[in-house]
Amino acid sequence: MSRPIRVTMTVNGRRRHVTVPAMKRLRDVLREDLKLSGSKEGCGEGECGACSVLIDGKSVNSCLVPAAQASGARIVTIEGLARGRRLSALQRAFIELGGAQCGICTPGMLITATELLQRAKGRVPGDQEVREALAGNLCRCTGYQKIVDAVRAAARTRVSAKRAKARPRAAAARTRVSAKRSARPKTRRP
Amino acid sequence: MSPRRAKVAVIHAPSSVGVSVHRVEGVDKVTGAARYLDDLVVPGVLHGRTVRSVVPRGRIRRVTLDPAFDWKGVVVADHRDIPGENVVALIANDQPLLAVDEVRHAEEPILLVAHENPERAEAARLAVKVEIEPLEAVLTVEDALARRALVHGDDNVFKEIVIARGDLERGFSDADLVIEGEYRSGHQEQLYIENNAMLAERTRDGGLFVRGSLQCPYYVHRALERMFALPAGKVRVLQTVTGGGFGGKEEYPSMIGGHAALLAWKSGRPVKIVYDRLEDIAATTKRHPAVSRLRAGVMRDGTLTALDFDLVMDGGAYETLTAVVLSRGAIHAAGPYRWPNVRIRARGVATNTPPNGAFRGFGAPQTQFALECHMDRIAAALGMDAVELRHRNAVRIGDVTPTGQVLKESVGARQVLERVAARSKWSAARREIERANAAAEVAERSARTVNGGRRLRRGLGVSLVYHGAGFTGSGEVRLASLAAMDLDRDGHPRVRVANTEIGQGTTTMFAQLAAEALRVPAEFVRIEDPDTGSVPDSGPTVASRTCMVVGGLVAECATAMRERLELFAERPIKGANDFAHVARRYLAARGALRIERRYRRPPGIEWDDASYRGDAYGVFSYASCAIEVEVDLDTCETRVVHVQTAQDIGKAIHPVLAAGQIEGGTLQGLGWALLEELRWKEGRVWNHQLTNYIIPTSADAPPIEVEIVEIPYSHGPHGAKGVGELPMDAPAPAVVAAIAHATGVAVSEIPVTPERLRRALREAGR
Amino acid sequence: MRAALSAIEVLRPRGLSHALELIASEPQPVPLAGGTDLFVALNAGAEPRTRFLDLSPLAALRGIRSSREGVTIGSLTTFREIREHAGLRHLPALVAAAAEVGGWQIQNRATLGGNIANASPAGDALPVLLAHEARVKIASVRGEREIAIDRLFTGYRQLAIERDELIVSIHVPWPTRGAVALFRKVGTRRAQSISKVVFCGVLHVAGRGMERVRLAYGSMAPVPVRARAAENALEGSALPAPQGAGSPGSPDVSESSAAAARRALSKDLAPIDDIRSDRDYRMDIAGRLIEQLLRVAAFSPRR
Ligand SMILES: Cc1cc2nc3c(=O)[nH]c(=O)nc-3n(C[C@H](O)[C@H](O)[C@H](O)COP(=O)(O)OP(=O)(O)OC[C@H]3O[C@@H](n4cnc5c(N)ncnc54)[C@H](O)[C@@H]3O)c2cc1C
Ligand code: FES
Ligand code: FES
Repeated sequence: MSRPIRVTMTVNGRRRHVTVPAMKRLRDVLREDLKLSGSKEGCGEGECGACSVLIDGKSVNSCLVPAAQASGARIVTIEGLARGRRLSALQRAFIELGGAQCGICTPGMLITATELLQRAKGRVPGDQEVREALAGNLCRCTGYQKIVDAVRAAARTRVSAKRAKARPRAAAARTRVSAKRSARPKTRRP
Repeated sequence: MSPRRAKVAVIHAPSSVGVSVHRVEGVDKVTGAARYLDDLVVPGVLHGRTVRSVVPRGRIRRVTLDPAFDWKGVVVADHRDIPGENVVALIANDQPLLAVDEVRHAEEPILLVAHENPERAEAARLAVKVEIEPLEAVLTVEDALARRALVHGDDNVFKEIVIARGDLERGFSDADLVIEGEYRSGHQEQLYIENNAMLAERTRDGGLFVRGSLQCPYYVHRALERMFALPAGKVRVLQTVTGGGFGGKEEYPSMIGGHAALLAWKSGRPVKIVYDRLEDIAATTKRHPAVSRLRAGVMRDGTLTALDFDLVMDGGAYETLTAVVLSRGAIHAAGPYRWPNVRIRARGVATNTPPNGAFRGFGAPQTQFALECHMDRIAAALGMDAVELRHRNAVRIGDVTPTGQVLKESVGARQVLERVAARSKWSAARREIERANAAAEVAERSARTVNGGRRLRRGLGVSLVYHGAGFTGSGEVRLASLAAMDLDRDGHPRVRVANTEIGQGTTTMFAQLAAEALRVPAEFVRIEDPDTGSVPDSGPTVASRTCMVVGGLVAECATAMRERLELFAERPIKGANDFAHVARRYLAARGALRIERRYRRPPGIEWDDASYRGDAYGVFSYASCAIEVEVDLDTCETRVVHVQTAQDIGKAIHPVLAAGQIEGGTLQGLGWALLEELRWKEGRVWNHQLTNYIIPTSADAPPIEVEIVEIPYSHGPHGAKGVGELPMDAPAPAVVAAIAHATGVAVSEIPVTPERLRRALREAGR
Repeated sequence: MRAALSAIEVLRPRGLSHALELIASEPQPVPLAGGTDLFVALNAGAEPRTRFLDLSPLAALRGIRSSREGVTIGSLTTFREIREHAGLRHLPALVAAAAEVGGWQIQNRATLGGNIANASPAGDALPVLLAHEARVKIASVRGEREIAIDRLFTGYRQLAIERDELIVSIHVPWPTRGAVALFRKVGTRRAQSISKVVFCGVLHVAGRGMERVRLAYGSMAPVPVRARAAENALEGSALPAPQGAGSPGSPDVSESSAAAARRALSKDLAPIDDIRSDRDYRMDIAGRLIEQLLRVAAFSPRR
């Protein structure tokens, strides 16, 4: 057992101090020492992205970051994306468009998507662009379609949110329901 | 435990069925508040680790605990500590909880250790030395059938099924052409992103409380009763928020739950066992590999006359679910087509590999992959269009399946095919692609550079499949699922079922179905946690049965409840406030109100287990896919460009969730078709790291366009049939067909890795 | 996590010279940069060493500086920084390689120095550095030295640097005017993948001839390698003529030298069957990538 070190970092806007083994994974520091269990683990080897957090605005796998290197960092976890009870545009879009199924990939997915939208600076990223950006976040449930739709929908609301507090577009973007003798209007991709 | 409440819901009154209301647990999942098993903080918890076999078959000679290691605080348990039977109860009950003197597959659990510090627990695992005398192992179906060694019975066959209809000889003599083929598919890992995880505690009354990431609480419950010789009332199993299952958390949680419970039993402390990815891939169940040999007779005009289908599936070392996977595979082997004469022979064999188990589709993807590839081979031999051949032979109302089932209603085979052909502009798109491919070839011959120097070809393929909803044959009757509904003190209705939310939206769907029948908004309905201490056994969450079977029971309970309350109030109930008001009055006047409904076989559905004849399923769902790919002729990499799919699921109770199921299942199918392959080394999984077991990323996933076709089923709630597994069946054969269109070569084994495609192209002289 | 992380000691240097002292001390610590390789090994229980030296405080290992001759990239530079740095647009192959390393999370952490020091035959940046004839600056308490990248990789995951040395920076000379470069990664999937074959080729053109040819591969031998026999087969021969759209064009003038280059690859490369691919496939693809490079060159506008 080597001597634990003292680490100070800003987590979701709050300054936090912990005394932990220097190589303790940031993921475990967040979950065990700071009781933020939203960052998940799907692999522990940097492949799945379920443990993603933002460090100084950049998405990283917290299972690959030692506590020692988080010292002085500005960290945002899934718990830090909402403002109080007000969900971010991305979070709302994920709910409305079905971007989360089992939800285990969702925290990491939202973190990387947050970096993407920050980089896009108000532009709505293209379908391929979103797919490339999220390639480090594996999802086994959704086929990614509704995730891509949700990220782009959130980007659109962020664009228009400057003027009005718009909500993400209505659901069922790519799905069409054709019933036998159904009078219900068909929804199509906008 | 907090109930699964409908927290946010936007209801488009007056109906909630058919509308995409907000997910019940949506907010928790996007804020990180949802608590999965590993997120639970339990004071005094120990961390369990499993010592496993490193050889595929052998006799255990000696187990030693390294005397140099500090064993203080380590709990050790082996088979002698099991109070009841050393068996993971399922169907054949042949799998031990912990090996006794022999091991039949690599990674078979032998001994358990636990410590309150996970690092110490891991060190303890490594400090256990197991000496095993290796025995000759059987690692492939070929070796099993050749009886290279006998590892089960006197022929290595767990189960054989024969399904026959008509006169095969006649069928072949009626044929103008007889076409043969052999098709193979390998293991596939479910790869839920949340690894397996269970937590067990000994209760004060001498029982067990087990929580975990699982699909079927009552499976675990019954397995624990046997292992610990406990009465049902002393065992309680609760599903925690579960990060994906896909069948992979159907039977294996009984094993892990048993291990955690054994350590808890021995130590008196709570015990958590959370697998890491390496262990999860190496040790837990996979999709059954399959080898299918087909011989089909067809007339010049494309009419199918005979099908002889020989199927062998690799069951792994213990029988577990192999018999039922084999059965579903065999029943689906002829696909949604009219075959006047057919024989299907299916065998599930034993090998010394970890037992294969449930995985979305449950055998049907394997056989329909083979059949659909064969349909394309037939079309090519006839010079007929692939859609036309399928359309001509697709089942309609009144047609008969190989088990003799007459399809009486809700048959969407032709509709889904037509929709996909229309949306993909099938004929025009195929012609356009062929023109573009020819142009690219000319350009390359003249040394002109196109596509950044890459030699790319496109292709478009189609498939048509079906999937029976619910348990096979008499399965649902035997399950005799029970659902219940009662009233909370504040007048809210509470649904009590054991079916689990594993990401597919079960909870929301139950709330919608109940709400519709109660004529209240969905968020007014409460859904009890799947806790065997407080819900009846409504059967497992598998086999695309949850909505159609259990959802139907929930809707019946709700209707009966509304009727009872209206009778009591002597007037119709209007809306949620009124409902709560009447319910509270009822509770005050009459006491508790509980409605139960048990599954009854719909009239006119018959099945005979002995002869394998009759109505295998109440109804089938149907799906078609048109898939466009781009193949790089130099590297033989295949990129899926686009997927069009139409699926007849009877009724989409929640269109967004239903489409989510279809998109997710489609991508799993694409992964199976192109990327996902287990590599073995001396009987052990070699690529048990996520970096080497390759599933699709978002960059690999194509845009998927879904059309839901609703042809209602009279015995499903609002006409609903199954949707969970169907999407898995369709993509793989369409990918193979698309690659054939692009390259001129039809491969017969998946995954179509670049290496495999390159060999096939080379063999074809390209 | 199979390693006992709490048993690991991490040294935090105050500056480069302190770091060099620490790394020379016994027991010698393992340099830790972005950790994207080291933590994977720790997770699998495959990294037994328990003393690490955190490089992240070392400003001397950061930064990208351009000069007339080329660009010098600090060893702690992440692939994200390489992707985004405007000064690297004349090294499109390096930027392309950076964009294909892992996913965003990996690119945000993984460093160029770590990619080199990890010495994986599949390291994606390595063929690019080889084909561009990069030089690596190394420091120890004994002083600084520079080594040509093609002399760095001595055996499977072995480097010609001592255990008390640190990689400080990487110098990449600018390609000549009109040079054509191709980076191509053939991985296990379209993103977040490890290479089955990774290739970088640079053609330095004089007139219509290929004056200097640099071909380098990863995952094709125990170490990332230059394919010198294939380079020789191409050097001196003429480039394929650029064809105007629609013109039928004569058969590729360099076809015979391309075929010779493909044949020569068997002297340069020694791929194996492994968990990700097989020998045959790799060898075939390696040859085809040379052809792709020549096709691209035929199309490239001459400056
Ligand atoms: C999910 C995932 C995907 C990946 N994808 C790719 C990919 O597509 N392509 C690819 O090439 N790699 C890939 N990698 C591997 C890894 O990210 C790269 O090799 C990366 O460049 C390593 O850099 P690092 O700073 O993280 O190294 P570390 O893990 O910090 O160190 C790696 C090795 O280099 C040594 N070292 C580091 N810096 C120095 C230095 N300055 N001087 C001396 N020694 C040093 C360390 O001691 C260690 O032995 C992937 C890894 C993961 C986890
Ligand atoms: S757990 Fe960190 S990337 Fe998978
Ligand atoms: S929602 Fe289940 S893994 Fe993405």
